[in-house]
Amino acid sequence: MNGATNLRSRIPWQHLVVDVERVRRTMQLGLKSLWLHRLRSLLTGLGIVFGVCSVIAMLAIGEGLSYEAQEQIRRMGSNNIIIRSVKPPEDRSSSAERTRVIEYGLTYADVERIKLTIPTVEVVIPSRIIRSDVWNGTNRIDCDIIGTVPSYPEMRNHHVALGRFFTEEELEENLNVCVLGDGMAEKLFPLDSPLDGIVRIEGDYYKVIGTMEPESERSSMGSPDSNPAAAGPARNATGAPYEMYIPLTAAKSRFGEMLVQRSSGSFSAERVELHEVTIKVGQIDDVVETWHIIADLLTANHKKTDYEIIVPLDLLRQAERTKRIFNIVLGAIAAISLLVGGIGIMNIMLATVTERTREIGIRRALGAKRKDIVLQFLIETVLLSASGGLIGVALGLAIPFFITQFAELQTKVTLWSPLLAFSISALVGVVFGIYPAMRAANMDPVEALRHE
Amino acid sequence: MSTPIARVDNVRKQYLMGSVMVEALRGLSVDFYPGEYITIMGPSGCGKSTLLNILGCLDRPTSGQYVLGGEDVSTLDDDQLSTIRGTRIGFVFQSYNLIQQLNVLENIEVPLYYQGRPQHESRAVARELAKRVGLEDRMEHKPFELSGGQQQRVAVARALANDPLIILADEPTGNLDSTSGSDILSVFDDLNRQGKTLIMVTHSDEVSERAGRVIRLRDGRVERDERRN
Repeated sequence: MNGATNLRSRIPWQHLVVDVERVRRTMQLGLKSLWLHRLRSLLTGLGIVFGVCSVIAMLAIGEGLSYEAQEQIRRMGSNNIIIRSVKPPEDRSSSAERTRVIEYGLTYADVERIKLTIPTVEVVIPSRIIRSDVWNGTNRIDCDIIGTVPSYPEMRNHHVALGRFFTEEELEENLNVCVLGDGMAEKLFPLDSPLDGIVRIEGDYYKVIGTMEPESERSSMGSPDSNPAAAGPARNATGAPYEMYIPLTAAKSRFGEMLVQRSSGSFSAERVELHEVTIKVGQIDDVVETWHIIADLLTANHKKTDYEIIVPLDLLRQAERTKRIFNIVLGAIAAISLLVGGIGIMNIMLATVTERTREIGIRRALGAKRKDIVLQFLIETVLLSASGGLIGVALGLAIPFFITQFAELQTKVTLWSPLLAFSISALVGVVFGIYPAMRAANMDPVEALRHE
Repeated sequence: MSTPIARVDNVRKQYLMGSVMVEALRGLSVDFYPGEYITIMGPSGCGKSTLLNILGCLDRPTSGQYVLGGEDVSTLDDDQLSTIRGTRIGFVFQSYNLIQQLNVLENIEVPLYYQGRPQHESRAVARELAKRVGLEDRMEHKPFELSGGQQQRVAVARALANDPLIILADEPTGNLDSTSGSDILSVFDDLNRQGKTLIMVTHSDEVSERAGRVIRLRDGRVERDERRN
């Protein structure tokens, strides 16, 4: 008989307990009415489903791509600075001077200067890259022959698969030994082990002492401009050009410093001492400073810009910056799609509120306060958008999996992306549910009961 | 006589219908006593529905006083009125007004739900009431699976769920055939015998004959107020 006084005399904490229970029961109720209109609920939530799913999938693809790029850069060595000889652009275009000998690029003097004057430099690896055919009997490969020093593999994080790399002694003694790059052994020695085999380059014979592991960084980082020939050499199964390693001294004495190229009657010759110099800096913090010093040093000693400096650390930072921009763009797309999804939900909820005017009137007559009605419709909207979000998360996790499986594209799902996408979808429910819910709550009970 | 359970004192109600100001109640005063069975009659437009809305705390008078159970409820705010409706008033409507997606038990439970009563408790009350109106074998059915008479019995059970001070019925037999109608009316008779206070709006003289008191309205005022015994 005196329920109202009872309500007032309740102990304070009990009010909280009741509220938790009420939310649970309101959720049950919400699920029930969403289930009653299954198809409508599904169609309404579809906007959120696609929004959330595309965000997660696109993030995973983007993350995978940038992860791959960053791995490649990291493998180049974040402590390294790579300088490559580049044919100066003004010479390249002047067709009238085809027969002139073009002299450009890095020199042994540059290497000495870098070694002697910059204290932060730990190791300097000079190398020459000559494009030529390699023969074993009638098997031929068009490849880049890299004349370098024994510490090359360690410096470039590129390791020997079989046999060994050449030694300091072999370098000093100017021996004709070689290490085959990935994929070459199968082509040159299809039947037996390449070790101790003999290959021919032009008039000279080289003994094979080892083979290298596949090298992935060249596939994306190798700049064709750094090759002496205009077109790159043939490429192996992983898409990287074929490469063979010989001692720098051998490269110098067997091939000379003049590289001659004949094509369709014209003749061009280039004189390049070194094609590539890899510099290892002792401390990673010194990389940027060393880079600037090297750049100054080279500018002072070269009349033309006939070299390029590649700083993996800088590339890494650029890649990270690019990724950030990518994420911002993606965030904007996601925001728009969730906005559209949210408006769709609001639209349907407004229709639902009108359709259920009578029910609202009944509930108000039976004691529901405005906030009870708000809670009911708000929870229903949030359930709708959150279950859309949940389905979206499931699809969004499945899509990168299938992309990796069938498109052989690396994807990477970070933990925060499904969590973020799901919380945003729930938030969309709150934001776009509040207006329909308020509208439901502000109906006049008498009018609502009279509604047909 | 004892103190009135509900007292309407010089109540006026005006509202806008389109752009026309309508005065539905013009200084109406009436007292209702515990255990009475009252029917309110009158031609349409006489203010029956408006009076019922005010008695049911669905609407507030423009002026005048409405005292329910010793408390002046004419000045309460929306939340307080909701609480009063949920705890002191039971409604039975002409068109049953059950919630379609809920089954019989859940419909009966609704007023208790909004009072924050725990589910196991309200479920027990609902079962008890469903038995009382003869629907023990229909408790899990949805409203659309029931006949009109059965639906109205659910509505009566729901009106009893919060153990109200007064039960307000708005032409409860208006949509029913005569058999189901007299069924419902005998339920009301029973309730009245058990001491419930019933206020019923009706057009039918046949229905009003069962009541102990008939109030006739005309033009927003009490035209006649007669008790029979």
